[in-house]
Amino acid sequence: MLLERLSNAFGPSGCEEEVRDLILEAIKDDVDECRVDALGNLIALRRARAASTKRFPQKVMVAAHMDEVGLMITHIEKEGWLRFSNVGGIHSRVLTAKAVVVGSQRVPGVIGTRPIHLLQEDERAKLPRIQDLYIDIGASDRSRAEQLVKVGDYAAFATKFTMVKESTLRAVKGKAFDDRAGCAVLAELVKGDYAFDLYSAFTTQEEVGLRGAQVAAYSVEPDVAFVLEGTVCDDTPKKRDVSSVTQMGKGPAITVMDRSVIVDKRLARLLLNSADDLGIPHQFKQSVTGGTDAGAIQLSREGVPTAVVSVPSRYIHSPVCMLSLSDLEHTVTLMTEALHRLEGGLPE
Amino acid sequence: MKELIRRLSETYGPSGSETKVRQLIEEEIRPLSDQVRVDAMGSLIALKKGDGSGLKVMLAAHMDEIGVIITHIDEKGFLRFGAVGGLRPLVLIGSRVSFANGVTGTIGVEKLDTPEKTPSLDKLFIDVGAVSKDTLPVGVGDTACFTRPFVDQGDRLTAKAFDDRIGCAVLIEVLRTLTRTPHDVYFVFTVQEEVGLRGARTSAYGVNPDVGIAVDVTTTGDTPEAHPMAVVLGNGPAIKVKDSGMLTHPGVKNLLVDTAERLGLPYQIEVLERGSTDGCAMQVSRAGVPTGVLSIATRYVHTPSEMVDYNDVLNSVKLLVGLLGGPISLT
Repeated sequence: MLLERLSNAFGPSGCEEEVRDLILEAIKDDVDECRVDALGNLIALRRARAASTKRFPQKVMVAAHMDEVGLMITHIEKEGWLRFSNVGGIHSRVLTAKAVVVGSQRVPGVIGTRPIHLLQEDERAKLPRIQDLYIDIGASDRSRAEQLVKVGDYAAFATKFTMVKESTLRAVKGKAFDDRAGCAVLAELVKGDYAFDLYSAFTTQEEVGLRGAQVAAYSVEPDVAFVLEGTVCDDTPKKRDVSSVTQMGKGPAITVMDRSVIVDKRLARLLLNSADDLGIPHQFKQSVTGGTDAGAIQLSREGVPTAVVSVPSRYIHSPVCMLSLSDLEHTVTLMTEALHRLEGGLPE
Repeated sequence: MKELIRRLSETYGPSGSETKVRQLIEEEIRPLSDQVRVDAMGSLIALKKGDGSGLKVMLAAHMDEIGVIITHIDEKGFLRFGAVGGLRPLVLIGSRVSFANGVTGTIGVEKLDTPEKTPSLDKLFIDVGAVSKDTLPVGVGDTACFTRPFVDQGDRLTAKAFDDRIGCAVLIEVLRTLTRTPHDVYFVFTVQEEVGLRGARTSAYGVNPDVGIAVDVTTTGDTPEAHPMAVVLGNGPAIKVKDSGMLTHPGVKNLLVDTAERLGLPYQIEVLERGSTDGCAMQVSRAGVPTGVLSIATRYVHTPSEMVDYNDVLNSVKLLVGLLGGPISLT
């Protein structure tokens, strides 16, 4: 399964090569042109396979980001401990006592923590700060550590993709579903025949500020864009009758608004109508927090009508996420239908 | 002009849902413009052609206003919501909001553990008077804005959404009054200013102007125990020098000041410590655009009752018409 290989790949923001190579291998036979731009985005073109009935849109861009949140080594202590900083949004509470791999040699390491025996009463209620944490690669001193790791090296969570015991939700767990889920969906969409040029943009550095998408959109100059995401899913136990952002197993989540974008209403309607007519389960992303590549793409040049579709993913920005393969497959079906309907132009 | 201001202010138009405002403005300006178009983000761009000897000037005022967006509907049919733009919970409780389909909702608040503290947004909800969840006339993703009638108090006017319908009114009136200009003047009514100057960014790229002027509201320091600020209602159009998003191009600032002096119009200098306008996005478009901001002093910005002085509005129109009537040199 492509999602499994993508999830297991090492790819913090700015270090997306391993992910990119996997995607390139998966899609190269289905696209007419492929290039890697200055920021490392993989931009693949599949030309129109049918004559269009409309003059608009001619170019449609679908984007998913390859990068994941991770860590970067900032300092090596003389005892061999690696100090680090976060790359993208990671809260320190998900870091302690986690297995990671570091640098180009993929050195295994552990983010150290003190056992409960040694914690004072007041320390137990406190959260550690990232600057107080360290990665332990078992090196006896700095010079040993430096043979394996350099300052500036990246670290990623060492999580292996696994099928969860059979369930109706067909759940899988692994790291970086934000946004390898989107990449997996996009790699499927690439195979479709459309009456417009389809530009698949596998972007870099989303987690540090939508940077890859900004330049990809500038060069592609699309008429319409979609962004595929692995988004927050918090359908976990709650005390009050308040919103879940999304729920696992309830289908792809359609965004109306988040911090970065107010989705084009025509595209949102196109997605909703596609889902309703085909009976595809779907939901709204019920929160206005978070941002995606759509924020950068819609503001490119003179503006681009843009929409966002997400695969609900529990526990994103942590060492292990969980999603439903049914949601993933429904996202492919929904997007395929929406893209075909787009051949007739934007709805009024 | 008061009737135009009334209609603009009372129209529904939270960020991302500017269609009704755009339709109203389009009706007003179509007969006055040489060219009108709507760009990909929804901004309305009207061109009044010059005689060919001048510059390409972009005037911008934003059509959108702050509002709320439904994020969740509970079992009893109460709506939880998020903010569209800079919304403060303090001014929300008891306020009424209206949706695109005309449905009105009242903002209520949960029982508070600490009533002396301003509650956060997640303690508030909207009640549209539904007796059951099944018959709700609105859904998740729908946006609403304040609903409040325009009040004419003589010199002073009070309404919702003067931020920035008052700027839209000024642009329309300038277009109406401006008979002759050397410049190609683009009157741009932007979208999504309140959520991050988004419409101005893409429309400025599209227009590619030589000079930009945003027309927007600014806060004042003339109310009881206000944060100190040297802007007063009725003291004339405010010419911006700085806000938290931009430093005004000195040439454009001088041009505004010199024009006011030449025409004998009152004006005041504005330094805004918090907040910004479309001018911030326009000045960094492409290779950069010399940009200034003409502000209308406004009390109670981002509340359901914003107040302006009508004379400031009229003088802003005169200032811009005077500026656009002659050659522009930025020194």
